[in-house]
This record gives sequence, C-alpha cells and structure tokens, in this order.
Amino acid sequence: MDVVLLSRLQFALTIMFHYLFPPLTIGLSVVVVYLLGMRLKTGEAIYETAGRFWTRIFGVNFALGVATGIVMEFQFGTNWAVYSRFVGDVFGSALAAEGIFAFFLESGFLAVLLFGWDRVSPRFHFFAGLMVSLGSIFSSVWITVANSWQQTPAGSTLVERTVHGRTFMRAEITDFWAMVFNPSSIHRLVHVWFAAFILGSFFVMSIAAWYLLHGRHVEFARRSFTGALLLGTFFALGIVVSGDLQAVNVARTQPAKLAAFEGVYRSESRAPLYLFGWPDDREKRVRFGLSIPGLLSFLVHREVDAEVAGFDRLAKDWGQPPVWISFQSYHLMVAVGGLLATMAVIALWMRWRGTLWNARWLLWAFVFAVIPAFGGNELGWVAAEVGRQPWIVYPTVVAGQVTGGLKTADAVSEVVEAPEIIGSMVMFGVLYSLLFVLWIVVLNHKIQHGPEPLPVEPDHTTAADYLEAASRRPAHEGSMTEPKGAP
Amino acid sequence: MDLNTLWFVLLGVLLAGYAILDGFDFGAGILMPVARTDRERRVILNSIGPIWDGNEVWLVTFGGAMFAAFPELYATVFSGFYVAFMLILFALIMRAISIEFRSKMESPAWRRIWDGGFFLSSLLAPLLFGIALGAVMVGVPVDQNGIYAGSLQDIVAPVTQPLYPLLVGLLTAALFTMHGALYLYLKTEEELQRRVRRWMLHGFGTFLTLYVITTIVTLMTVPHAAANFERWPWAWGVVIASVLAIGNIPRAIFHDRPREAFFSSAVAIATLVGLVGIALFPNLLVSSLDDRWNLTITNAASSQKTLGIMAAIAAMGLPFVLAYTAIIYWTYRGKVRLGSHSY
Repeated sequence: MDVVLLSRLQFALTIMFHYLFPPLTIGLSVVVVYLLGMRLKTGEAIYETAGRFWTRIFGVNFALGVATGIVMEFQFGTNWAVYSRFVGDVFGSALAAEGIFAFFLESGFLAVLLFGWDRVSPRFHFFAGLMVSLGSIFSSVWITVANSWQQTPAGSTLVERTVHGRTFMRAEITDFWAMVFNPSSIHRLVHVWFAAFILGSFFVMSIAAWYLLHGRHVEFARRSFTGALLLGTFFALGIVVSGDLQAVNVARTQPAKLAAFEGVYRSESRAPLYLFGWPDDREKRVRFGLSIPGLLSFLVHREVDAEVAGFDRLAKDWGQPPVWISFQSYHLMVAVGGLLATMAVIALWMRWRGTLWNARWLLWAFVFAVIPAFGGNELGWVAAEVGRQPWIVYPTVVAGQVTGGLKTADAVSEVVEAPEIIGSMVMFGVLYSLLFVLWIVVLNHKIQHGPEPLPVEPDHTTAADYLEAASRRPAHEGSMTEPKGAP
Repeated sequence: MDLNTLWFVLLGVLLAGYAILDGFDFGAGILMPVARTDRERRVILNSIGPIWDGNEVWLVTFGGAMFAAFPELYATVFSGFYVAFMLILFALIMRAISIEFRSKMESPAWRRIWDGGFFLSSLLAPLLFGIALGAVMVGVPVDQNGIYAGSLQDIVAPVTQPLYPLLVGLLTAALFTMHGALYLYLKTEEELQRRVRRWMLHGFGTFLTLYVITTIVTLMTVPHAAANFERWPWAWGVVIASVLAIGNIPRAIFHDRPREAFFSSAVAIATLVGLVGIALFPNLLVSSLDDRWNLTITNAASSQKTLGIMAAIAAMGLPFVLAYTAIIYWTYRGKVRLGSHSY
C-alpha cells in the first residue's frame, strides 16, 4: 500500500477521534465556569451539585483529549517529516505559544478544578475553572491559527535551505502578527468556538432531556436544560452567520475549495446552490441534485448575476480537490447546523410558552441530537481539510504562476515504510476502540448515577450525626476524631 | 549567548522539568505493586492524581519546542525512531486510560486490570525514553541529507554498542523508581509508607549501581562524550553538583529529612540532563556514519526570527507557568486524602 495514502488515513482517523474531545471540553468548560460562578455568587447548593456532576464528566473528557492530542503532536514528526521541515519555522512560534500559554494553564489548574472541591475556597475554585476554560479556548487559538496559515499563508516567505547534501524550500516567518492574523484565522476560530459551544450545550441538553423523560433529578435537569438551551440557541444561530461569512472568505482565498464544496465544475453566473446532490467527476456535474438557481452567486458575491469560479478556471498544475467528499461533508455539516438551530429555536419557543417539559417527542430528539452535534464538528473539519487537497500548505498565485506551497503527496516522511504505518494504525485502531468503549461505559455509568446530593458535614452532636459519620467510614472520607481540614 | 544555544539550553530545561515531574509519576506507577489493598492502591494513584496531567504538558511542550526550534531534528528523530515513538505513545495512552478509568467501577477484576496497565505503562515509557536517549548518545545512522538511514535495530541495539541504549533505558527506569519512591514517602502514611521506605533504598541502590556502570561505559565507548568537559572547566561544576546531589539522597534519608531527599533527587535528575546536554553540545544528533553529517544547533534550527519570537514567548510565559505550578503543588501538599472526587 502507498505510504501517502496510509499516512493520510492514519492522520484522518487519529485526528477525528481526537476531535471528539476538545470541542466538548471547550463547550463544557463554559458550563462549568457558569456553575462555579453562580455557586460563588449565591452559595446555593444546587450550583455545587450541578458543578460537581458536570466537572466529573468534564474530567474524563479532558484526559482523553490530552491522551489523543499527544498523538497528533508526535504524528507531525513521525509521518509528515517533510511537512515538519517545511512549516517548522512558521509553526514554531504558534506551537511555543500554545504550550507555554495554553496547555500549562489548562492542565495545571485542572488539578484544582477536579480535585479541589473540599480543599480550596469557592473563589479559588471558580478562578481555577475559569483558567481551565481560558486555557482550553486559548489552545484552540494557536492550533487553528497554524492550520489557517496552511490554508491561507501570510506573514511568511519561501527560503531555500541546505542541510549538508540536501537543498529544499521551507517557509520562514517574516511577520508574526501577519501570520497569526492571516486571511482565514479569525473566521475559522470563531466558527470552531461556536461549534464547540453548540456541542457543549447539546451534550448537556441530551443528558438533561434523558433525566426529564425518566422523571429523575427533575429540578436539576430543567435548570441544566434551560441554561444549555439559551447557550445553544445563541450559538446555533450565530454559527449560521459565521458560516456565511467564512464561505465568502473561502470563495475569495481558496476558490478551488468552494468549487469543491458546491460542485462548481464550470464557472457560471447565477450559480445555483445545491441542497443536496451527487457530484460526478466524469460528467463534471452534480447529479440527483435539488438546487436553488442563483443562490450561490448571491451568497458568495451578494449579487445573483455574479460569476462563481469553477474548476475550468483552475491553474494548470493546481490539482482538483476530491469533490464528492468535500461536497457531501460540507452539505451534511450545513444540514446538521440547520437541524440543531431549528430544534433549539423550537425548544426555546416552547420553553417560553411553558410547554417544553411535556413535549416528550422533542425531548427524545434532544437526547439523540448530541450525535449530529459531534458530527457537525467532525464534518466541518473533513470539508476544510479535504477541500484543501491536493495541498498541505496552500500555494499562492503570483503573476499567473503557482508558487510556493507544498503538496500533501510530497509531505510524508522519507524513511517510514508501509508495514510500519499499518502496524501503528492497527495499534491506534485497537487502542482507540477500547478507549471509545470505555468512554461510553464510564459516561453512561456517571449519567445513570446522576448528580449526588452534597456530602453533609455533621457537627458530631447527636447520635444520628455519629451514625451518619460512621456510615461514611468505608470510603475513608472525613474522620470522626480529627477536626475538618486537618492534614 | 546566541539564540541557537539559548534554545538548546531551554530544551534541556524542558526535558529536565519533564523528567523531574513526570519522573515521579512513572515511579509511582512502577511502585504500584508495593500496595496491598485497594485503598493503598488508590492512595498511590491519588498521590499523582491531580498533577500528572500538568506534568505531562512538559513533554508536550518539549516536543513542540523541538519542532519549533529545531525542525530538522524533530523530523529526523520522530520519523527515524518511528516504532519507538509509537510504542511511547502506546505507553502514555495506556497510562492515561489506566489512571482515568481504574476507579470508575467497583469490580475488583476491573481494578486489577487497570492497576496492571498503570504499572506496565509506567515501566515501559521510561525504558523507551532511555533507549531513545541512549541511541542519541551513541549516534545513529544519519546520512548526508540529514535523514535517518538506519533501522529499528540501530536504535535498540546499535552495532557498535549493542547494550548501551538498553542500559540507559534501565538506568532511567531505576532513576524514576527511586524518585517516585522518595515522592511517595512524602505522600503516604503508616504501613504503606513503611514499605515505600524500603523501596527508597532499593531504588537508590539500583540507580547508583546502574549509574556508575553507565558512566564508565559512556566514557569508554562514546568517544565525544568527554570532549566538552576538557574544553569547558565549568562543566566539572555540574559533575560535582551531580555527585553531591546523588550522595545527599541516602544522607537525607538517614537523617530523616525526606523532603530534602526528594529535592536532592530532583537536582540529581536536572544535573544528569545537564551532563547529557554538555556531552552532546553543539550536536543534537550525532551521525554514526560520518561526523560531518551530524545535526547541530545551527544546521537543524529554525530562522533567527523564529527563535527570537519563541524566546520572547518563553520569557513572558515561563514565570507564570512556574508560579501557578508552585501554587497548585502547594494546594496538594501533605499526605494523600481520599475524597469523593479522587481517582
């Protein structure tokens, strides 16, 4: 088997598994910060109960995000050595920032967030939660900036470099801030964040809806659902706007990608927008499609008569991205976005009217809606990365000539062989399957268990208190003889 | 000091930081069999519970900094040592799974399996790190294009020094076992602590023996190892500091100053990393084929601009990192207390 294909497959599988966790971490972190903040402000027990419950789940997800994340950092070097040599100089600063500012912050304060309930003040605990959330959001910044640079390079130049007997081109940074604020960074960052917040809220709503349908922890579930619904609706509507702005930007900076997203084989004015379809590379058209004439031109250029560039305009050595995967993943993502936004708006309306808690059909829909929410996050990245092909770093066109850039097929490690990659893929396959099963089992266990009533601190004055304290002995929590807080 | 040298030193700092912090995490895992009851096992697990994740970030940052500052080294080593790095990832993921999932179920069988996983992965990772380091010290086949030209065998058992990487691997495992025991002694009480105390001494003894052997073998068979010590007299200061730190460990144990013993162990690790760095400098990866084909801090580096930006980021960020890391460790000072949120 071909080393390029195997490396791409391995990267795709490992990154898609990894990407189950960071958006959930980011989304849930906002929920956790809110709960800890309200606990600090009001001191109400329900905020601590909810906080403890969601933090437990948060912790598991975080750990899996880290474990699968280290794989990604190593994989740039193991499987994509040529790419690493090419981009190292530019990525350098972004990765250094990610490690120093973001990873240490989130992983460090995680200690206090997860384990500090009985050790630190509510104020410090809230601060810790805030740091974890900021750290996770901040880490998404740097990796998205780095990936955005691959899509729309800026602030860098190509330089010839020689290491002993080998001469090669590599990108070197010329302007740090221009690299950070390259033409697609902000759009993509906002979009990634919104998608993460949506996932976090739909995850909470899924669990809350399940409790409501089974008549358990009703008060907790209603409040969780309502809070998440507000968050989710805002960002589900917001992401539509973000997506539109981003697509306009893609049309400008990566026209080949947009053409792949919408199956634009031939440039045309009054270009139609397909709701769904089946792009056919041989016949160079979208089959079995349902389209709205002129809508694509309007969305891209804000003018129905404007022309949308197609693959016929592709520069000679550019290479056409895989259209079918790009088209379908993009359209599915949009469909998911539409579905989630619609569900959120309906639920919000019904909540306002007071009919939501009785609408069992809708609550069941929310139980399962977390799956498309995960799907939307994954599909967006599939569309973005497949639409970028055949480039791993996008070239620029200077005076009609395609210059710079690096093709994916040229970016793999020089010395790694197919059997080694098959071996590591099998290892990841087995490990990640195990990890996935464990994750579901543990999540399910925690959900079934539900939020716990708070541990009561007896003041050892009545027989009932002693009995209570004694019955807690098996877990070795608290002592009957030592004052609280003793070392 | 030029930027390339600065980043050589900073990489050393990150590596030393990782070895000191995750070192006792691995050591705790290796010492898991010392625990006899479920509660004792939970105590060991929770001695590192809140902080192991933050400790692992030092590895992530070390790898990221290597990618950023010396991309040629990162690309050549990570792809050349492919199988070794995949096994390291396997060990790290297994450890994370074992820690995270172990106590989530009541079943004793479930818990025994993950205790085993925690032990094995904590033993495997240091072995692999040591093997990789040993291979780097000996030198591996790097061709004239700066690309790895060898096989797995050249890393695990190079033709010129077949046992050296394994020796360094065992040394690393012994070092972390000792370090972990010293840490656990501070965190445990009663019966478990008494058993850990015995392992502090076993660990030290094993480490010292292996250290002496490794030093002798290094000086005899790794020719360029001593060169820099002749060139820079101050390097002997690091040697002396290393000897004093190692010597102070049993002394502090016998004077019943366990915290001092642990800190001495940390200093010992730092000085050992320092000695490796001094021995290597200015090479990053020595080619066993031809000295002219070494990867150095000059030919493997990013541009001066990037190194400068990274240095600014590190200067801004590291003080904060050290400050809140200290605060967090201080929050978890003292003996392990199992609570409702513990592992």
